[in-house]
Amino acid sequence: MRRAVTAYLTGLLFGVGLLLGGMTQPSKVNGFLNIMGDWDPSLMFVMGGGIVTHLALYRWITRRPAPLLEARFMIPTRKDIDARLIIGAVIFGVGWGLGGFCPGPGLVSVTQGGNALAFVGAMMLGMRLHSLQAS
Amino acid sequence: MHPFVAALLGGALVGLSASLLLLLQGRIAGISGILGGLLPPTPGDIDWRVTFVAGLVTAGAIAGALTPDAFDAAPLRTGGVTAAAGLLVGYGTRLGNGCTSGHGICGLTRFSGRSLASVLTFMAAGGLTVFIVEHILGGLR
Repeated sequence: MRRAVTAYLTGLLFGVGLLLGGMTQPSKVNGFLNIMGDWDPSLMFVMGGGIVTHLALYRWITRRPAPLLEARFMIPTRKDIDARLIIGAVIFGVGWGLGGFCPGPGLVSVTQGGNALAFVGAMMLGMRLHSLQAS
Repeated sequence: MHPFVAALLGGALVGLSASLLLLLQGRIAGISGILGGLLPPTPGDIDWRVTFVAGLVTAGAIAGALTPDAFDAAPLRTGGVTAAAGLLVGYGTRLGNGCTSGHGICGLTRFSGRSLASVLTFMAAGGLTVFIVEHILGGLR
């Protein structure tokens, strides 16, 4: 129960950050990726602000023997750069440029209906197709 | 507020949220992973994924009521193009184990080589796609 409630609040905070950062405006994502046109660099500051903040807290958090609500940290340890990683990133990048949404901002925008709703529905289908193919 | 300041503050909140998820549950705040873990769901690993996603959706619903200009007034592309984009984003993020949050913010914070390779790749693919759509295909609006 505590896990579900804190995850809700954490998701809420994540969503507010995406909204404040302008990530829920596909026109801004398009402007950020349009480096040969009228380039809008502001989304770089979203990533910068996120990394600096997370970096400042990361070492302090992972010095603990365990997180507060679970028995151990679940942090990815893989180091190999394989074809799936790169091909997946290419497919994701094409979709990101095509629609102007990545997964988080898509979910935050879903109650606006229209394109955001179509994006999220198709994204969930894409995820399910991947899990069907991988199993 | 200047857009750069808003972006920096927004990013800081995202970083704070990722830190909280790590502190509380020891998990990486990768949105594609959190949602993808429900498609299909695994028993015992459902509740927090659903509520985290519900938190994201709630934030947007509140913003839609209070500050509608947090969203674009006009769609960027046609509905069909946007749905195709969703399919690619869903499949690609699962194949490549992450998106802008998991690889972009959490992965780069850990100095993960895999995440750096992913970020450089999806930024380049996104930039090339927007170049083709905007400068060759006329915007697909």
